[in-house]
Amino acid sequence: MAVVSTIRAIGNRVVSAVWRIGVASRFFFLTLIYSGNSFRRFHLIIKELFSTGVMSLIIIIVAGLFVGMVLGLQGYETLKRYGSESALGVMVALGLVRELGPVMAALLFASRAGSAMTAEIGLMKATEQISAMEMMAVNPIARIVAPRFWAGVISMPLLAALFSAVGIFGGYLVGVVQIGVDEGSFWSQMQAAVDFREDIMNGVIKSLVFGIVVTVIALFEGFDAPPTAEGVSGATTRTVVTSSLAILMLDFVMTAIMFRGA
Amino acid sequence: MKFPKGKLIAIMGLSGCGKTTLLRHIGGALKPTRGYVKMDGQVMHELDADGLYAMRRKMGMLFQFGALFTDMSVYDNVAFQMREHTDLPEDLIHSLVMMKLHAVGLRGAQNMMPSELSGGMARRVALARAVALDPMLMMYDEPFAGLDPISMTVIGDLIRRLNDALGATSIIVTHDIQESLKIVDYVYFMANGVIVAEGTPDELRASDKDFVHQFVHGEMDGPVPFHYPGVDYRQALNLRA
Repeated sequence: MAVVSTIRAIGNRVVSAVWRIGVASRFFFLTLIYSGNSFRRFHLIIKELFSTGVMSLIIIIVAGLFVGMVLGLQGYETLKRYGSESALGVMVALGLVRELGPVMAALLFASRAGSAMTAEIGLMKATEQISAMEMMAVNPIARIVAPRFWAGVISMPLLAALFSAVGIFGGYLVGVVQIGVDEGSFWSQMQAAVDFREDIMNGVIKSLVFGIVVTVIALFEGFDAPPTAEGVSGATTRTVVTSSLAILMLDFVMTAIMFRGA
Repeated sequence: MKFPKGKLIAIMGLSGCGKTTLLRHIGGALKPTRGYVKMDGQVMHELDADGLYAMRRKMGMLFQFGALFTDMSVYDNVAFQMREHTDLPEDLIHSLVMMKLHAVGLRGAQNMMPSELSGGMARRVALARAVALDPMLMMYDEPFAGLDPISMTVIGDLIRRLNDALGATSIIVTHDIQESLKIVDYVYFMANGVIVAEGTPDELRASDKDFVHQFVHGEMDGPVPFHYPGVDYRQALNLRA
């Protein structure tokens, strides 16, 4: 009997998960359908760009700087063994533009902006603000969700680009200013090795996908949160956990597609 | 139940008897499994999304704790529906918002945020927001809950005056028998999802029905028992018969 109840519990969880993915997909498509209003009233998106993008700047800049500095240190130690210290710029830039920039920025974005979005919408639901909006004949997906979605999608690639740029600067500070790698070879090798389409554009595509996924997860969790303190806190946790796992999984899939044989 | 035009009608009953559910049916937020809600000649649950939203533009609702948008000022809360549903110029919206806020006595609070308001003030701002587009039907979900006696009287008086000024129909869902009997035209009593009594405030005060008598006079025991059903008391204490 224990086996039967275990199988039943697993089945129940699988069905619930599939059901939830279906509801989230429907939510995503509804967000796209009702996005027209957001673009007609672009100030709604700009307001959200401030709270999701601008308010994430500090954490992105500080984290980017330290990640770049660590890359500079570790990269130098490794490259020195092969007498290739001059390729430090290439290593730092490719590491950041291809991988660390989009991934780290997305993880930080999920923790800061994603959790804030979930908590805000969850609390709006708990305090009947969403019901009030519906009773005023205003579609909450069009008015609340869509502007936040587009703000997330727009800010994510910009934050990832900023993370990479600041990270490269951090690598420069450690590699060139502190350790003394030749400045000319640091920049010139980077310029020669980093390809705009293969490296930069693929990084931008990654961050765009992460932006869509993280924002949809954050908004859906908030909108679907039980209207209680416990419900909102659980939804906020789920946003960070699910987004982080989705980012890492999608990063592997996209890297395998983009850089296969490159 | 019937809610004639221009009347202020209360729906009363114990917690969990279905009052708020009834409001949700009237607002089209729920679909009935039996029966129907007809408003302005339209059956609510048969309307499509556009029809439902068109009907909701004729309604206003005051939520239990105001449900003000916390990221907007008092002014923006009241202006919200005007900006969403009309193409009125901003200076005209300003005049209308000031008139609505003046009606609830909070013209001077226009720049405050909801977090800076007391419970009574928040309820008044929510009232100004609910009547922003002069609805034909106003619904109030527990408008007196958690208010001090002065705020209760203010809200009750505003509900009556706004109903008369707008020529609207108002439905109040409430537990507060004394405050609501002062202002309403008619009362429905509900218990377990059905109407158990109805009448004007005077008829209900004079009613000899046990349930109404217990409710109006706030008696501890009666048709609504004090003790929740459970096992025999002696059995619960593990005593022998």
